[in-house]
Amino acid sequence: MTSEKTTGAPRTLYEKIWDAHMVEPLASGAALLYIDRHLVHEVTSPQAFDGLRVNGRKVRRPDATLAVPDHNVPTANRDQEIVDPESRLQVATLVENVAAFGVPFIPLNDVRQGIVHVIGPEQGASLPGMTIVCGDSHTATHGALGALAFGIGTSEVEHVLATQTLVQAPSKTMRVTVNGELGLGVSAKDLALYIIGQIGAGGGTAHVIEYAGEAVTSLSMAGRMTLCNMAIESGARAGLVAPDDTTFDYIKGRPMAPKGEDFDAAVAYWRTLPTEAGAVFDKEVVLDAADIAPMITWGTSPDAVIPVTGLVPDPSDLTDDAIRANHQRMLDYMALSPGALIGTPVDVVFVGSCTNSRIEDIRDVALIAKGRKVADGVRAMVVPGSGLVKLQAEAEGLDKVLLEAGFEWRDPGCSMCLGMNEDKLKPGQRCVSTSNRNFEGRQGPGGRTHLASPAMAAAAAVTGRIVDCREFA
Amino acid sequence: MQPFTQLTGIAAPLPVANVDTDKIIPARFLKTLTRTGLGKSLFDGLRYDADGKERPDFVLNQEPYRKAEILIALDNFGCGSSREHAPWALGDFGIRCVIAPSFADIFYNNCFKNGLLPVALPREVCEQLMEETKLGSNARVTVDLERQVVVRANGEEIAFDVDAGRRHALLNGLDEIAETLTHDAGISTFETNRAKAEPWRTAVSL
Repeated sequence: MTSEKTTGAPRTLYEKIWDAHMVEPLASGAALLYIDRHLVHEVTSPQAFDGLRVNGRKVRRPDATLAVPDHNVPTANRDQEIVDPESRLQVATLVENVAAFGVPFIPLNDVRQGIVHVIGPEQGASLPGMTIVCGDSHTATHGALGALAFGIGTSEVEHVLATQTLVQAPSKTMRVTVNGELGLGVSAKDLALYIIGQIGAGGGTAHVIEYAGEAVTSLSMAGRMTLCNMAIESGARAGLVAPDDTTFDYIKGRPMAPKGEDFDAAVAYWRTLPTEAGAVFDKEVVLDAADIAPMITWGTSPDAVIPVTGLVPDPSDLTDDAIRANHQRMLDYMALSPGALIGTPVDVVFVGSCTNSRIEDIRDVALIAKGRKVADGVRAMVVPGSGLVKLQAEAEGLDKVLLEAGFEWRDPGCSMCLGMNEDKLKPGQRCVSTSNRNFEGRQGPGGRTHLASPAMAAAAAVTGRIVDCREFA
Repeated sequence: MQPFTQLTGIAAPLPVANVDTDKIIPARFLKTLTRTGLGKSLFDGLRYDADGKERPDFVLNQEPYRKAEILIALDNFGCGSSREHAPWALGDFGIRCVIAPSFADIFYNNCFKNGLLPVALPREVCEQLMEETKLGSNARVTVDLERQVVVRANGEEIAFDVDAGRRHALLNGLDEIAETLTHDAGISTFETNRAKAEPWRTAVSL
């Protein structure tokens, strides 16, 4: 199936990428979509490689595949064996699988190792106009480059390994336009959380969202990655930002990016990708950046979010029984009451994850940490997104600033975003986290997560409370 | 894949919206190398207390729902992660069908790869079905994929929509990869044509 707009009507960025990757329409009404990049990690791949073995199949395009361990890896004592036997086995299984199937691999102790969604762009493996998949829902991150990037399950991981394609039906399209400039102390993370609060945790379901408007185009690539990363938190399969000079400047010179004349030819193609004037989206949302303050979640769904100066809503104001019960359950789990959230004491601060672990994020934290101390009784950890981010931060002296302030400075991985390794909240602990999900037990059984920006996390670390990061501006 | 044609079984009510994948199967159980054995950890945080004892108030710890094959919930079921461990855990527990007003896309898609049928029905219908599950073991619900109907305890039939391709694959338990490999020549042609037209495209190299 080609999109309905191949006959000369203006097309969206999404429709152009779709059309360029359509291998064949299928009788079912879906299409066979070609996949340019397949990123693989240790958690969602072992059953897929096993499936290939059982059926005597090969990896069709190892040269389009890149594997790295990230979800399950320790973020300290990397010179020693992984302590947890299950984690050790899962990482070892990835090592065996990539060797057996000839897949390019960045091992744990390589300086380029890191969170798969940080290293794809960093290495120039993720480029505009591509289709990019990974067995991880935050694959949406790579949409920041103007690529169609989405998460898949393990069966589809196996499908892509074997065929380099996926059976896909076209998504609906949504454009979220944010006009105006973000205020001082308001970051891409606040923008992402605000949008989710506006459209809801299921508001993007069945859609691919293109983010547009001045508040989006003025973001750095790191900011665009933060924004697209959380597209899935509104239910959207993918988020996109049109590629522009900011994108091309970011890509130029990266290890796997085209070089010389090839780069110029690539840029000429990438410039044809943005949505044309007059292209029609299934849904349009228009927001004003001036309405956005530093945001923080209060509940166990990412759309349970308020400005830090706002009030946790009162369930008794809700008329729908099921929604009210849900709301009350969130308050109970989070041990909160309706009213102000500001001033609530915190136990842990986590800076990291594929949402906010890039050098720009660490600079934001260091800016507030400099000359201050992590509050008594607070554990504050910074987990860079990759070994190269860590090196860059150390070259800038940020590690010293953070260590002097009392932050932990750890090795790259997914860490406390999902608590698969030993970086977990204890039951009842309250955490301000720069990650992407505040689900019950996400950061450890019984843990209480407040999602916020790196600056908000840093401000919480040095005060021991939920505070407005603008006080430190 | 195990085909899904028709199922008559006990339905368990879970009147919760945004049942996320961390609720269905927390990340610490994703260290497995197989697709099986996750049923005991299904809904771990809701099902067990801190000491690992069953919480008596959770529906799947109650009779007759311990043997539920159908789960009924509210909006946005399966939101969050792409982990296929979520449908694996449901299936390993014995649940073959989830009925809800809406589903998260990746979870919805993952179900069809694992012989599980997600059925989207209006919220008032889901609430009505949940109400009927209180009849206990007599409240059996039938889900018929061939005829695309859910049959209530009183015999009333409720039609549901499902994509024709997914329905066909599930009814017949098809191996999607084997199907796609019949298009191998088309995939090769696509690759050859594009390599000629866009020689600047780079390979992954370390």
